[in-house]
Amino acid sequence: MTLLRAQNLSAFYGDFQALFDINVSVEQGETVAVIGANGAGKTTFLRAVAGALATSPESVMFDGQPIGHKTPHEIVRLGIAMVPEGRRLFPSLSVEENLLLGTHSERAGPWHLKRVYELFPRLHELRHLPAPSLSGGQQQMAAIGRALMSNPRLLLCDELSLGLAPVVIRDIYECLGAVTAEGTTIVLVEQDINRALDASSRFYCFQEGRLALNAPTKNFDRAAITAAYFGL
Amino acid sequence: MNWLNILVQGGLLGGFYALFAIGLSMSFGIMRLVNIAHGDLIVLSAYVALVVTWYTGFDPFLSLAIVLPVMFGLGYALQRGLLNQTLSGGLLPPLLVTFGISIIIQNGLLQGFGAYDHRLKEGAIETASLQADGFFVGVFPLLVFAVAVVGIASLQLLFFRTRLGRAFRAVSDDADTAELMGIDNRKLYALALGIAMIFTALAGVLFGIRTIFAPSSGPIRLILAFEAVIIGGLGSMWGTLIGGMVLGIAQAIGASLDPTWQILAGHLAFLAILIVRPSGLFPRTRD
Repeated sequence: MTLLRAQNLSAFYGDFQALFDINVSVEQGETVAVIGANGAGKTTFLRAVAGALATSPESVMFDGQPIGHKTPHEIVRLGIAMVPEGRRLFPSLSVEENLLLGTHSERAGPWHLKRVYELFPRLHELRHLPAPSLSGGQQQMAAIGRALMSNPRLLLCDELSLGLAPVVIRDIYECLGAVTAEGTTIVLVEQDINRALDASSRFYCFQEGRLALNAPTKNFDRAAITAAYFGL
Repeated sequence: MNWLNILVQGGLLGGFYALFAIGLSMSFGIMRLVNIAHGDLIVLSAYVALVVTWYTGFDPFLSLAIVLPVMFGLGYALQRGLLNQTLSGGLLPPLLVTFGISIIIQNGLLQGFGAYDHRLKEGAIETASLQADGFFVGVFPLLVFAVAVVGIASLQLLFFRTRLGRAFRAVSDDADTAELMGIDNRKLYALALGIAMIFTALAGVLFGIRTIFAPSSGPIRLILAFEAVIIGGLGSMWGTLIGGMVLGIAQAIGASLDPTWQILAGHLAFLAILIVRPSGLFPRTRD
């Protein structure tokens, strides 16, 4: 079943067009990567799906419903949660309060505070600390936990690896396995191509706001990715 | 006039200024709304109480049972229907719109009630005082101070112990991300202004009992409220109480030197603190 479908999705920042007729479809339970160079429109794509950028209603379909015109808080309620680029934890809230903020979408499901602490035991030890006092990796765990607390059907992850040490990145990606085990669908945006392709079954490559390549990650042709990535 | 007396009288007066300032502090802290109409909304609350006492025969304290819900509703509707539309375009649009609201309230009151001074009459409590060793403390200023302390304490509980308060703090930190986490910012802002207006209305009714008011009384309350908020530091409720007390004590000291210096002394203290600590005594709000 197709959970998310973007059809001829265009998005604008004021007069500047950032996405041109993007077509993406994601099946229920799949993990799909979106890769591309800086400014290719990956983050814009996630923001358009999450409702932070206004688009035409039919250009984003979720579970068969048009959601392009909906506001971000309505979309979270439908079951799309975002791990934003740069974590964006709330600095004046404690770690636990940050996690609890995910419950404002009032969705029931497998994820709750105890379950998130089982997935990230370090967060349980640090739960009363203010969010900014955590290391980058711990903050990323908190940001993932906060998104999971809304029990999403679709999890959007924007640059999970940004600014983190390779060993920390590996740990975080291992934890995503527990998320997909619940049947959650994931869209990963990454600059780290190898990491993204390892974790996903299919990928889309964006280039300057357009779709350049769409392929399964098994036996992918590196030269084709390089060409699509840089537009050679 | 001894110093202890000046400190106590000035400090109690500060409770009044803090009460003026709570609503302003809240709406700036949560939605970065600089509400120029705040002083006029204080005065409007006093007029609403006046009308309630006319028609129901309630005394001003009892009129709060009607005034508080009415002002909560007005705040909610004002934010939902009007001010939410001004928040995406930076600091200037809400300034201009609330400036307009200020003018509308002042002229509406002038039209409806004339330029006369009015007062809310609460009877004996207005002039009652406690006495010890030749030292007098007014019962009413004590009551106002207590209301300010209890009010701020309950707001702190709301902010730090409830789900709603957590959402308020999250939106204050980062409104866009809060929206991405499922919070309906517009509804939350409307609730915030509603709650802020409860404190504004409390301040208005107590102010109307303490002193005379007229349609033009708002702007000076706004300035006092601003000064209390800035002295205390943006976003800090207890800071606002301290800010109010600094203002009150400075005024009391000024008045003890020469009665005409009372208001000026408060403003000078404000300027002095702005020079020494531009972000106030206990700043909290992050930008």
